[in-house]
Amino acid sequence: MIEVRQLHKSFGAQEVLGDISFRIENGESVAIIGRSGGGKSVLLKHLIGLLQPDSGEVLIDGENIVRMNERQLLRVRRKFGMVFQGAALFDSMTVAENVAFGLRRHVHLTEAEIARRVAKTLELVDLPGTENKNSAELSGGMRKRVGLARAIIYEPQIVLYDEPTTGLDPIVSDSIDHLILRVRDRLKVTTVVVTHDMRTARRVGQRVLMLHERKLYATGTADEFFASRDAVVRQFVDGVADAKED
Amino acid sequence: MANKRIHDTLTGLGQITLLARDTFASLCRFRVTWHDVLFQMYFIGVKSQTVVLITGAFTGMVLGAQTYFQFHKIKMDTASLAVVGVSMCSELGPVLTALMVAGRVGGAMAAEIGTMRVTEQIDALRALATHPVDYLVLPRLVASHIVMPLLTVEAVVVGIGAGYLVGVFLLGIDPTYLWYNMLHFTHDVDLMIGLIKAFIFGGIIALIGCYKGMTCGLGAQGVGRATMEAVVYSSISILITNFFLTLVMGKLVGQL
Repeated sequence: MIEVRQLHKSFGAQEVLGDISFRIENGESVAIIGRSGGGKSVLLKHLIGLLQPDSGEVLIDGENIVRMNERQLLRVRRKFGMVFQGAALFDSMTVAENVAFGLRRHVHLTEAEIARRVAKTLELVDLPGTENKNSAELSGGMRKRVGLARAIIYEPQIVLYDEPTTGLDPIVSDSIDHLILRVRDRLKVTTVVVTHDMRTARRVGQRVLMLHERKLYATGTADEFFASRDAVVRQFVDGVADAKED
Repeated sequence: MANKRIHDTLTGLGQITLLARDTFASLCRFRVTWHDVLFQMYFIGVKSQTVVLITGAFTGMVLGAQTYFQFHKIKMDTASLAVVGVSMCSELGPVLTALMVAGRVGGAMAAEIGTMRVTEQIDALRALATHPVDYLVLPRLVASHIVMPLLTVEAVVVGIGAGYLVGVFLLGIDPTYLWYNMLHFTHDVDLMIGLIKAFIFGGIIALIGCYKGMTCGLGAQGVGRATMEAVVYSSISILITNFFLTLVMGKLVGQL
């Protein structure tokens, strides 16, 4: 279970998150939406302790991770898998080395068992037989899939996705959405997806949280968002720019 | 402006100290992965062979020749290689090797880790429950500490050998007395001082290179600046540290 209480975060004089509170139950699938630069990724990084808030609490299974040092956080992070916006693959490694990274560091397995689990995970993300490819040779969609395989190979309880479909064409985006759902259903993981793509939010989010002007502006199901008459929600769902932004 | 510069300098020194503390703590917890250390030893040691050999050889040759030109005036030709031996062992060998390695390896460490930082690879490491110090800094620091004394010995041997060849074959100095005087005046302690310095310089190069990479600014400009600063700061630190090490160890040796 993830719980965020009265989270505040500023970078210098610029406040990015102000008094954010919400709770995500085990096994739930939540999409966090909001405009670009609105603090979604910053919020996601607080959930795994990659950023520390100015004030507030982040509780993972009832344990406040805000006061933990980097080494204490390592234990909590084993519950997480995270897929980064640009995939953040280790570019000096092959696909198999990237995917096996977490296993090699934390689980004592034979090379044969590691190879078997890498192959199985790559198959789950529709990339069978790509073990020996260099990560620099991969397309954007393939990089995201390898990033996902790396995040889920050690079977975490929670998977965080930072803009999983940004920069991908609609067809690849659709396949990534399906993949997120497949991983959620097969591994029974808690899923948190940060996105500004309403189609992705509607597909993968059982519940949607909307950030607007540093606050948690609205929460509800994706259908409720699409049916909303609130001007701010409507503008985001319809993708209409302000007149001054023309 | 001046206050900010002093503040930034002191902050940087404090952060490097904390990085050194974290790395030492990581070493004490046996977090070192020997496979990664071996790879770094290959990168720092084997790949630096050419530059270290050329530096050692030409420094030994020019020092031998220059000493001969001066000593010849007072008929002390055969002492030329002794000057080369003592200088190479305790000063020029470790310092020049360290400066060359700082340029080649310190900059590369900052660039590699800096690129990892701007492409979120360091955040990915942390998300995969891996401490960046364990994975990135510790292997580089351990490898630098091991490799630098070895490279220094190589530079010293090649420097003395090159000085000998120049003295004997180009300047016509008597080979037997030249070699005998070098052995007579170059003591074990000179080499020991050089090796201790090399060990410390290895730590300086790795710590500054890693620190600059891990704190680099965003974008290509940030990585470029971190690379440049890693080379400049480690070179300056080596020269300043060398002065104090010479004073302290000279004093200690004098008391022995």
